[in-house]
Amino acid sequence: MAKSIDVSDLSIYYGDFLAVEGVNMTIRAKAVTAFIGPSGCGKSTFLRTLNRMHEVIPGARVEGKVMVSGQSLYDPTIDPVAVRRRIGMVFQRPNPFPTMSIYDNVIAGVKLNSRKMRKSDADALVERSLRGANLWNEVKDRLDRPGMGLSGGQQQRLCIARAIAVEPEVLLMDEPCSALDPISTSAIEDLIHQLKSEYTIVIVTHNMQQAARVSDETGFFNLKAAGQPGHLVEFNPTTKMFTNPDEPSTEAYISGRFG
Amino acid sequence: MNHPTTTTTTLVEPDAFAITADLTQARLPRWAVLLVGVIALGVAGLVTLLTGWSPTGGLVLAVVLMVAGFPLWSMVVEGRRAAADRLATSLVWGAFVVVLVPLVWLIWMVVSHGVSAIDAEFLTYDMRNVVGAGGGIFHALWGTILVTLAATLISVPVGLFTAIYLVEYGRGKRLARVTTFLVDVMTGIPSIVAGLFALALFVLIFGPAIRVGFGGAVALSLLMIPTVVRSAEEMLRLVPGDLREASYALGIPKWRTIVKVVLPTALGGIITGVVLAISRVIGETAPLLVVAGATDSVNFNLFEGRMMTLPVYIFSQYSSPGVVPVGTEGDPPGYARAWGAALVLIVIVMVLNLVARLIGTYFAPKTERRR
Amino acid sequence: MSVTAPPPAPRAARAVVRPGDRIFAGIARAASLTIMLALAGVFVFLAIEGLPGLSAPENIYAPAEDFWSYVGPLVFGTILAAVVALVLAVPFSIGVALFISHYAPPRIAAPVAYVIDLLAAVPSVVFGLWGGLALASSIRPVTDWLYANLDFIPFFAGPPSVTGRSMLTAGIVLAIMVVPIVTALSREVFAQTPRLHEEAAMALGATRWETIRLAVFPYARSGVISAVMLGLGRALGETMAVAMVLSAAPVVTLNLISDTNPATIAQNIASNYKEATPDKQAVLIATGLVLFAVTFAVNFAARWVIARSERKVSR
Ligand SMILES: Nc1ncnc2c1ncn2[C@@H]1O[C@H](COP(=O)(O)OP(=O)(O)OP(=O)(O)O)[C@@H](O)[C@H]1O
Ligand SMILES: [Mg+2]
Repeated sequence: MAKSIDVSDLSIYYGDFLAVEGVNMTIRAKAVTAFIGPSGCGKSTFLRTLNRMHEVIPGARVEGKVMVSGQSLYDPTIDPVAVRRRIGMVFQRPNPFPTMSIYDNVIAGVKLNSRKMRKSDADALVERSLRGANLWNEVKDRLDRPGMGLSGGQQQRLCIARAIAVEPEVLLMDEPCSALDPISTSAIEDLIHQLKSEYTIVIVTHNMQQAARVSDETGFFNLKAAGQPGHLVEFNPTTKMFTNPDEPSTEAYISGRFG
Repeated sequence: MNHPTTTTTTLVEPDAFAITADLTQARLPRWAVLLVGVIALGVAGLVTLLTGWSPTGGLVLAVVLMVAGFPLWSMVVEGRRAAADRLATSLVWGAFVVVLVPLVWLIWMVVSHGVSAIDAEFLTYDMRNVVGAGGGIFHALWGTILVTLAATLISVPVGLFTAIYLVEYGRGKRLARVTTFLVDVMTGIPSIVAGLFALALFVLIFGPAIRVGFGGAVALSLLMIPTVVRSAEEMLRLVPGDLREASYALGIPKWRTIVKVVLPTALGGIITGVVLAISRVIGETAPLLVVAGATDSVNFNLFEGRMMTLPVYIFSQYSSPGVVPVGTEGDPPGYARAWGAALVLIVIVMVLNLVARLIGTYFAPKTERRR
Repeated sequence: MSVTAPPPAPRAARAVVRPGDRIFAGIARAASLTIMLALAGVFVFLAIEGLPGLSAPENIYAPAEDFWSYVGPLVFGTILAAVVALVLAVPFSIGVALFISHYAPPRIAAPVAYVIDLLAAVPSVVFGLWGGLALASSIRPVTDWLYANLDFIPFFAGPPSVTGRSMLTAGIVLAIMVVPIVTALSREVFAQTPRLHEEAAMALGATRWETIRLAVFPYARSGVISAVMLGLGRALGETMAVAMVLSAAPVVTLNLISDTNPATIAQNIASNYKEATPDKQAVLIATGLVLFAVTFAVNFAARWVIARSERKVSR
């Protein structure tokens, strides 16, 4: 089941440094939500708080509330490891595990969680995930080769396959196309369109056209001034954002008349 | 050393600007080196013949003449800066050649004496009841294998988990800082002190006359642990952080991430480090001499009785080599055995080093991508 | 506003820890505690066994009277041997390191570097064997020459040892053991100096030697110092090579070529351990503590020097 995410008054710190301040938003289930904004305004930081990856960094912490289908993500009784199984993540740079084959990379999340599974089930899962990531046809003959041997775009789709193999409900993507060529990019955009029917997707991008193409809703983050914490300026349906935004600074940023 | 700015001024001395007018400059021809070398050899040879020096003395003179003569000629033809450069070049090459001499000499001695000492008997007999020639290193070989194995079994888990603690858990913690410092201190423990420690420990527990192989293993692991920690720590730090994050993002717990993702990625480097550490301690003599003692017969029990090891064997054959049989010339029989054992020991060390290198290169490419 | 109390937020992050994680982290922490315990053990056991050695019956220290006059010549010998070794080894090590990093044609440099690395792994007992059986007997002409021509220098006051087993021989053997170590480390340091600076120096018209002085040495200084200190540590603690080469007596002399030489601490322990009575054992262990203290001081000084010059470079 895809899930919606409610964020209220979320402030995010690195040690004493306040990186993002007071975010409120509701991320719809089975929709694509895009975050845009200038570099350093805290898009990645915010994204990583949505599956508790933020606290992996020493000294990092949050204040405020993130609710996923009625449960508070930062409640003391919540196991962050379980959260990350439900809410998967794809990173900016493709990062397949270098010691593993393509096959092992895909089922890494399942296998390393020590779930025993029959060979036939594993095979089926690998095929399903790779098909889901639009990679099956390209790699089906070399599943036992190292994942690092693929091209950058293929590696990124392998990482997406790896993320969806654990069957999460939400998929977070941090600039998944920024290291890729236009063809790989459009392959991944197509993929996002397909995945939308099953997953809640949140994507960070620097590419305005991409945000306009793939997302249903868009959030614009900005810095009040250099050295100030980032904050959410506007959160609206994408069509409205790109045609008739509420905030003048959003319009300035989108139309390129920024800073 | 002087501050960079003071030296730059010497670079831009007036004649450096003169070059812009005429880019050609007097240079010594390529064959100048050879010529000076031949002349130096010739002069030195002549002096040696005339004064009746030893050939070594003549060779030293030749090297000195060569190192001094070439820059002098350059000084005359090319100027002061070029001469300084030539002098540095001569000195560097000279240092290399001089260092090569004892090293080649040592290797040659070990190989030439060692090969003639090694035969089937040498490798399969111990020294029990051997008077005069004969006997072998069987007991010492086994002792070395057992003691080193035990030391490895102690130090690898301790060293590896310490490295894991330092890299994965201890960041910024006081225990991590203290441990790093202690590992530094440990690196500097003289091997004989490690031996004394093991002895003091076993004497306190078992009484003054105790000498066991396991004591040697304890001493060796004290020397091995810091090497293992250092190399494993370095290798774990090389594993890119985004692999860990990728694993966490799949909902894999931290300890499984370490075991299944981080360790396999660093495995090649870690094994290389361990093998190198083994090759370092396998030749340790002093601590074994003190705690494991020396004996003439095979002992497979690490926990009881003295245990001979290869390095101690070499030492005892050297220090009590036996007597030359009456009426014959030559070295006492112990010396031949010492050379033979030295060759075996060196071969073991070299093989371990080669293995470490092969493992290193075999595992390297896969993790290379992001440095 | 659901969370109002700010700072102790990391608590939330720590609230749930899986048992697997807790056990694994516990093992890792236990391993580093083991190291702490082991080192504490070294001190405690050596102290327990060695302290009686500070006040043993007088005849144990013969010919000296008390511990400090017993250990004094040993400390002197240890330092003398190490200094002789370093004086011989350091120029050559730096030369060979430069040879590998900057002078040798690439086709030679790699194998030479590899051979030097291998030599660093040759066991000290083999160096001792070579020193005792090959070098000592071949060094006579050199010591004879030094005695004949330079005997006004206290180091060569002679008369030269007939067997060749003198401090000079021990120093040479130690030097040959130290060269690979210092070379290997310095070479790495030289190779790591930023290529950009070297090219900048060359673009100024510097010769190769000037480039090295300008762009390599300033960067490499702290690394080379630490390499030398590591070599010094090895030379101070080296036992077998010295024990197999030096014929020692309880004296203090700068004479490097005669047949009465001061012993080193480590050698003294190794050569006297077998016949030692419990009292004597305690004395030897106490000298071991002194050796530990000396090497510790050297390592500590090294780290201090490095830290200081690193601060200077970064400024
Ligand atoms: N690990 C960290 N430790 C401390 N501060 C950090 C860390 N990571 C990010 N920051 C700071 O947090 C702020 C937000 O960074 P973040 O990476 O979220 O920006 P971003 O919007 O993703 O930028 P970009 O578009 O360049 O990826 C920046 O000021 C950054 O310097
Ligand atoms: Mg970012």
